[in-house]
Amino acid sequence: MAKAHVYADNIDTDRIIPGKYTKTLDLSSLAAHVMEDLDPSFSERFVQGDVIVAGDNFGCGSSREQAPLALKAAGVSLVIARFFARIFFRNAINIGLPVLEIPDHTIQSGDEIQFDLATGIVINVTRNETYQANQLPPVMLAIMQEGGLVAYLKKHKDFILS
Amino acid sequence: MKPQTIAEKILSAHAGYPVYAGELCIVPVDGAMATDTTAPLAIKAFEEMGGKKLAAPDKFHLIIDHAAPAPNERIANLHQLMRNFASKQHCALYDIGSGICHQVMVDHHTVKPGDIFMGADSHTPTYGALNAFACGVGSTDLAAVMLTGKIWLKVPHSIQVILHGHHLQPGVSAKDIALEVVKQLTISGATYQSVEYHGELLHHLTLSDRMVLCNMVAEMGAKTGIVSPEGLQLPYLFNPVFADKEAAYTRVLEIDAAALHPKIAIPHSPDNVHDVSAYVGTPITYGFIGTCTNGRLSDLQAAANVLRGRSLAPGVRLVIAPASRQVLLDALQDGTIQTLIAAGAAIINSGCGPCVGTHDGVPGDGEVVISAANRNFQGRMGNPQSKIFLASPATVAASVLTGCISLPK
Repeated sequence: MAKAHVYADNIDTDRIIPGKYTKTLDLSSLAAHVMEDLDPSFSERFVQGDVIVAGDNFGCGSSREQAPLALKAAGVSLVIARFFARIFFRNAINIGLPVLEIPDHTIQSGDEIQFDLATGIVINVTRNETYQANQLPPVMLAIMQEGGLVAYLKKHKDFILS
Repeated sequence: MKPQTIAEKILSAHAGYPVYAGELCIVPVDGAMATDTTAPLAIKAFEEMGGKKLAAPDKFHLIIDHAAPAPNERIANLHQLMRNFASKQHCALYDIGSGICHQVMVDHHTVKPGDIFMGADSHTPTYGALNAFACGVGSTDLAAVMLTGKIWLKVPHSIQVILHGHHLQPGVSAKDIALEVVKQLTISGATYQSVEYHGELLHHLTLSDRMVLCNMVAEMGAKTGIVSPEGLQLPYLFNPVFADKEAAYTRVLEIDAAALHPKIAIPHSPDNVHDVSAYVGTPITYGFIGTCTNGRLSDLQAAANVLRGRSLAPGVRLVIAPASRQVLLDALQDGTIQTLIAAGAAIINSGCGPCVGTHDGVPGDGEVVISAANRNFQGRMGNPQSKIFLASPATVAASVLTGCISLPK
């Protein structure tokens, strides 16, 4: 089952993937350095499919899409935050990294997490708690359900708002 | 019609019907750009979307500024990819030495009042100085703009910042105002919103000053920042976009700009802002002046005025990156560059320089940097073992003269 790795408020994109590693199209090289300044033991503890959980304003700072790409390439199955920085939020959904805004979560590091992206319901198995994520606008939900904006535009050829 | 903010007016004009905060809309984009950090991924996504031709080649711009000239073969190859794409797609490419994307777009009059502009760089709101609606986006959103010429947006709520006063104290600049606003709104206080600047001080602010104010809305989490057009002077005729008198704001922030003292953001967050006076005497070894925040002619002149005829303190270095080729040419013509070099500054290529931690002056372990940039996140300049203080160019210049944080005279 997916384990939660919990981080503080205002985790900026420089901490998710430092600028010196961003100039590349090789996604595995991004995964190798994800969170390395913030949490040097991340790559040892993290198991593919685990969940990143944060407080306020996760992903603030740079517009670098390499930040969600690095998390996705590392095998992160979901990022939960109280709220996200706006560019990171759009980027994550556009590249197919699931993200859910849950303003009132009380998830702690090591908690076992189950989730359903379609309904936005997250179950904290360890604490026997259930959280409801904020609903996405229909256009974002559709992009997420297609697995990202590339697949969405290949299918729809244009944006559909409702 | 219900009264509107500037953001609502610009988005309504493009959507073709009135839109208000909280609504979704699809709007045509007047211009878009990407840099060497974001363009390679955008080009890849554009091609994966099935893109063969840009929707509007004359509205798309590529700028090589983040790691320019290329520090290694990996980045050199990404630059080649951008050059090849521009040549195939007949879009503009601004190669190394042209300058920082945002300064290049303004120098070349690419963005105009009332425009909607999308940039694959978080400091794209800088163009709000021109009374435009400009947003930072990621590479895949930009790829969709390249393909369709459009973007979907949620119309932002707006925060009104009213700048009172007719002048600033000596040694105080637009950077000090921007830092004060970041302090009051905090690093997430304007998330998803537009920061709209008003007040009588606008009549006394230059385009450069306005760019500083909008540039740092990125450090408040804002979607965009827009300066009301009072006092905006441009070398061409334009239709200014004013907010309606009764427009709705989520928050109104009133700042007595005339009473402000020099400000400094201390490590490791841009909203950790204090008066410079509280940190006078803190030792520094490295000063940096440049970036899309403070690399313009007036910034270099402010530093030169402090450094003229004097020398850096022993053991201190100063790196200066003019924001664009035009800035460099102007600063050469009026002797500003000569003054800075004579004082001991190292002038580097026009571009983002050490701000993005890739090259051109990464600090060493334990070093304390005083920088005129916009972000001081841990590791921002390439070394998480260093500390970054953010201040105005005049404060940076005063500090490199003494070797410790100092007030500009």
